[in-house]
This record gives sequence, structure tokens and C-alpha cells, in this order.
Amino acid sequence: MTSYLLRGVSVLGAASQDLALVDGRISDKLPADAEIIDAAGLVALPGLVDLHTHLREPGREDAETVETGSRSAALGGYTAVFAMANTSPVADTAGVVEQVWRLGREAGLVDVQPIGAVTVGLAGKQLAELGAMASSAANVRIFSDDGHCVADPRLMRRALEYVKAFDGIIAQHAEEPRLTEGAQMHEGEVSTRLGLTGWPAVAEEAIIARDVLLAEHVGSRLHVCHVSTAGSVEVLRQAKARGVRVTAEVTPHHLLLTDELAASYDPVYKVNPPLRTASDVEALRAALVEGVIDIVATDHAPHATEDKECEWAYARPGMVGLETALPVVLSVLGDRWDLIAERMSRTPARIAGLTGHGTDLNVGDPANLTLVDPSARRVVDPSELASRSRNTPYAGTTLPGRIVATFLRGEPTVLDGKAVK
Amino acid sequence: MIKHLRSAADLDAATATLILDTAGEMAALAGREVKKLPTLRGRTVVNLFYEDSTRTRISFEAAAKRLSADVINFSAKGSSVSKGESLKDTALTLQAMGADAVVIRHPASGAPHRLAAWVDGSVVNAGDGTHEHPTQALLDAYTMRSRLGRLDGLRVAIVGDVLHSRVARSNVLLLTTLGAQVTLVGPPTLIPVDIAAALSPQTKVSYDLDSVLPDMDVVMMLRVQTERMQDSYFPSSREYSRRYGLDLARMRKLPEHAIVMHPGPMNRGMEITPEVADSSRSTIVEQVANGVSARMAVLYLLLGGKA
Repeated sequence: MTSYLLRGVSVLGAASQDLALVDGRISDKLPADAEIIDAAGLVALPGLVDLHTHLREPGREDAETVETGSRSAALGGYTAVFAMANTSPVADTAGVVEQVWRLGREAGLVDVQPIGAVTVGLAGKQLAELGAMASSAANVRIFSDDGHCVADPRLMRRALEYVKAFDGIIAQHAEEPRLTEGAQMHEGEVSTRLGLTGWPAVAEEAIIARDVLLAEHVGSRLHVCHVSTAGSVEVLRQAKARGVRVTAEVTPHHLLLTDELAASYDPVYKVNPPLRTASDVEALRAALVEGVIDIVATDHAPHATEDKECEWAYARPGMVGLETALPVVLSVLGDRWDLIAERMSRTPARIAGLTGHGTDLNVGDPANLTLVDPSARRVVDPSELASRSRNTPYAGTTLPGRIVATFLRGEPTVLDGKAVK
Repeated sequence: MIKHLRSAADLDAATATLILDTAGEMAALAGREVKKLPTLRGRTVVNLFYEDSTRTRISFEAAAKRLSADVINFSAKGSSVSKGESLKDTALTLQAMGADAVVIRHPASGAPHRLAAWVDGSVVNAGDGTHEHPTQALLDAYTMRSRLGRLDGLRVAIVGDVLHSRVARSNVLLLTTLGAQVTLVGPPTLIPVDIAAALSPQTKVSYDLDSVLPDMDVVMMLRVQTERMQDSYFPSSREYSRRYGLDLARMRKLPEHAIVMHPGPMNRGMEITPEVADSSRSTIVEQVANGVSARMAVLYLLLGGKA
């Protein structure tokens, strides 16, 4: 195994130093044959961990595969991603989660951790075999019907309770389905002008409010996916103040983009939950800094061209995000490296119970890390993405920061900004 | 001149006025024995209709034919569209056939915006989802101006299912641009959120039709689909009619000169009683005739004719 010396690197923005990666770990010794990487001006972060990725395999390999998604993740500075369960077939059995997990191992670019479905077929009727997925080789701990809300309150209560047996966590896509029938975009001034059916903020907030009460009642852990409204932030703030074991994520796009973009009717801006207003964006940013929102998760949602090159109402919701997440967060938070590491690596790893990721890059820690050039600026070009899909909302946007290298257990997955394999 | 007419917001006051003036000239033509102008000879206008709408389609067809354009009717039923062809592929086909203008009616809001990105010709929105129907607004404005002599300062009530109405959105935008004062009236469930901020800050909203009527120059009744009842927008069609329907008693509350409009098709007995629809204040049949003139003006000006 090749050893590496990262010369002159700044760990989390600290004074520059040399960092040796030996036998998959951060080391204070350096073999003479170590490969030297000039890391002057580069910042080392613990490898990013994404709790919310759609890899589309099995089922929609035309949009993404575990391999292409893994490459996209590595190029974005990630060393672990959690693959959502809404594949075809749905990841609701030990067999499917093990298949995804095995495909991730074969790709070998990031650790792919499958998320199991909460209910059979994501249908919201009956619990999937959560224990079997937890006991499988994939060792599933996060369960989610993402894309669908576990709307039935009794079923949600049971799911929250049941996973306590193996320290699981339910990640809820908070969307009251009756309040969002036919919904196309955020309900407000812009939806009224565009004549698109509104997705009201209350449809998210009502479910989060219910779920934090349920989690409190049964003493379980709840994770809230892609929080998108200022009102949700307030519900979470109150729940956390009461000691409810709830964590929450926000996507990069909800930190940057607003519903005004829908005015083009270009479905590249169609996403679920929808882009909200500027005041929501402001509240989400503040909540992320404050810690009311614990982490950034991409909700990377690749879609084939034909599913986006159509009328708004007929397009699938979702945006790719793995390769632009860190640049977007940098543009929002600035170079607060420790905060970025907390929100994009340490905390997501902790929520998921994922060991070996989100460490502080001390001697002896697994060498899962990424090197960022904070001074670089890049114009996003969809054709350059490693994802199989092109549905980025940032085409032509200049974003700060460039991911120069990523290491997974001491092996480079990205060097000079290019995927190694 | 603008290239596309996707929204009434594409029109500033000068352009809108030019279209209305041109529509007046076109209307004069309708009184002649030979109703045709050679203006668009050799040009191709495609009517691309994804929804059944005989009245709007034949209105556009008559307009294009009176300008001597070649007209191709492309309807979603019985075409490749029903076999699942995408809007983009249809657009590329029309582009290859050399369409100078595409008139599109589509159930999805914003479809004309998408289409405009894929064809070189002009795109005219003939109604998209619950978004807009700008030529309806033009013919309505033309009708108001013909009957009442002006638009500036006119007080117009638009009554009914504003939430799902493309006619209402286009009318609010166009009438405001032309100086009229619009009041939207309906049950709160059918008035979209933030409507004034969305369309024009001057727009007023009322839930009480009776209190609004005495101050109006125009009252425009929107079609209300009885299916809205299933979604609990209102309890029953009888209750809707009682609170928001225009009957003779309510019509008498209007000033003497005020007119009653309806974009059609009407639900007689629901939002409007037959006595009102057929009264001398009603402009409903005139609106249909004016529709051809307004659409002639739009095609004429978009395709490079001079006023």
C-alpha cells in the first residue's frame, strides 16, 4: 500500500503542516518511499459524509449507478454516502440492501451505506423487515421512505419504537400527503403567478411537529430529511430545547436557491421539498450555523434527461448535488472549516453511527479525508459532472473551492481533481 | 414587437394598446364581403392543442385563415402525442415543418415557455394549465373598451374560481397594465395566496359579491367546475350559486351602464343564471366575435405585420 505525505497542508484551516498517510491511517511516521503531494494552500477536511444520496441502482441505471454516484461523491470530497431506499426494487429487504452495499464495495470509491425502507415497497402500509436489514451484511441503521412520507401516525410511532432494538433511526421525508396533492412548487406569491399547484410550508411543519412529539413520546431518535422552511426550524428549535432526540438536515440547494427560479418553468429547478423563499433560506442558514439544523445532506437526485426535458408538471423532482455540495456550503458559510467539518462530516457520521469517518485527522485516525483549494473558483459545467445525470441547477454558476484530492482509508479516490478510477 | 405571447405580462401598455387598435381594424374587416387579408400568405400557423377546446381552436383557425396563413391543426388526440411523444420532439417536428407560429393549448402550466425554447417561430399561449390565457384577456379588454369606451380607471370584478383560472390571471395582468382596477371575488378557498403581490399590488380581493357590485363597470363571471366540490373548495353547487352566482337580483345592483362578461363555456344556473347570460348587459356572444379579431391582431403583429 502506497504511503502519502501531504506537504504543507492546512488541517481545518490551521497552520500548514505535513500529514502522513500510512497503512490507511494518519501517521506520525513516514516511510522513505512515501509519495509526496504538494498540499500548500490546500485545506484538509475529514472525508465528507452524506446522509441522503440517491444512487438509483438497482432500477434506474440510466440515471445513475452505484459506481457513477460513488465517483461523483468522491469528486465532491465524500468518503461515505448513504443510499436512499427508493430504488426498483425498493431496498426493503436484506437482499436488496446487501446488493447495494456489495456494489459500493466493488466500486471502492466511497463507503456506500444503504438506507432501508421503513415500509414494504415504500407504500406506507406495513413495516419492512427492519431487523433483517439491520442484521444483514449492510448493517443498516437508518431507515427512510424518502420520497414518501410515513404519513400514518400509528405506523410512524411503531417504526420509531421498533428500531430502538438495534439503535436505528427513522429519517422522515416530512410531507403531509393530503396537503400536497398535485403540488409542483412552494405555495406562495410565485406559485400563484405561475399557476403551479402550491406545496405549502405547513405540510412539512405539521409532520415535523407530529413526529417530534411521537419521538418524544416513545423516546426514540428521529432524523428529519431536507428541512426547507423557517417554520420547520422553529418547530425543531423548540423540540431540541425540550430534549427531544431529533436531528435534521438541510440540502445545499435549500441554502442557496429560491422559488423565483421556477419562473423559467425549467424543471431543473423542480425538487421535493420545493425551493422556498429568500426568508426561508435565511432562516435555514442561521439554523445551520446555530446547530438547530445538524447537518448538510445533498439529496443528490440524478434524473435521466427525458425526465427533466419536458413540461414542469411532468418532470421528476430532484437535483444532482454531490459534486457541488461543498462549494455551495463554502459560498454560504465561508471558510469556517471546523463548522463545515462538523456539519458535513462529524455529525452525519455520528447520527448514522458510522465509525472511521468524521474523525479529527489525529494520528491513528483512519485516513478518510479530502483536500480543498479554497482560493479556486469554478464555473459549473453540467457536461463535466461524473454523475450519469446532468440535472444540476448550478449550470454556469461560479462557485468557490475546488476538491483537489480525496482519500478513502489512505488510498486516493481523487487526485488533481480527477477520479483515480 | 415582442416575439412570443406566453403571458399577458409580456405586454406593456403601448404594445397592448397597439394590439387592441389593430384588433379594431380587423373587426372592421369582418363587416366586408371579402373577409380575408393577404398579409400572412405563405406563412404557416400551427394550432397545437393538447386539450379539447373547440371554441379557442376555431377562433385561432379563423383568425389565421382570414390573414391567408396556412393552418395546420395538430391535436393531441389521434396524433403521435397519444403514443407518448414528448413536447420537445413534437416541437422539433413542427420546427422541421417550418412553423412560423405555434399556437399552443396545454394542460401543464408553462408549456408555452418550454416550447419557445425549442422552436424558432413565435409561440402564442392559447391557455396553459392554471397559468394564463393572454388572448382571452386581450379579447376581453377589447370588448370592454368597445362597450365602455375606455379601460383606464375602469372598475372590473372577476368572480369565481380564480385559483384555477388562467383567464383571471391574464386579465388581472393586462387590465392593470391598461389602467383598470381589478377586484377578485370568490370564496377564500378559490382565491390564490398572495395574489396581489403575485400579479399586481393594486388588485383587491373581496369575499362578498353583493358589496362589490354597486361599484363595478364590469363583472366577469368565471366558470366554476362542480368537481371542485369534491375537493371541498365549497360545500355544494347550490351554496356556491347563492353566495357567488350572478342572478337578476344581483345584476340589478350593478350601475346602469355596467356589463356582464363570461369567457365561456358557461355553467348556466351555477355561476350565472340564463336570464343574466341572455340579457342586454351580457357581452358573451360579442366576446366570441371579438376573439377572432384579437387573435388576428396578435398573429399579424407577432409575425411581422405593420399596424
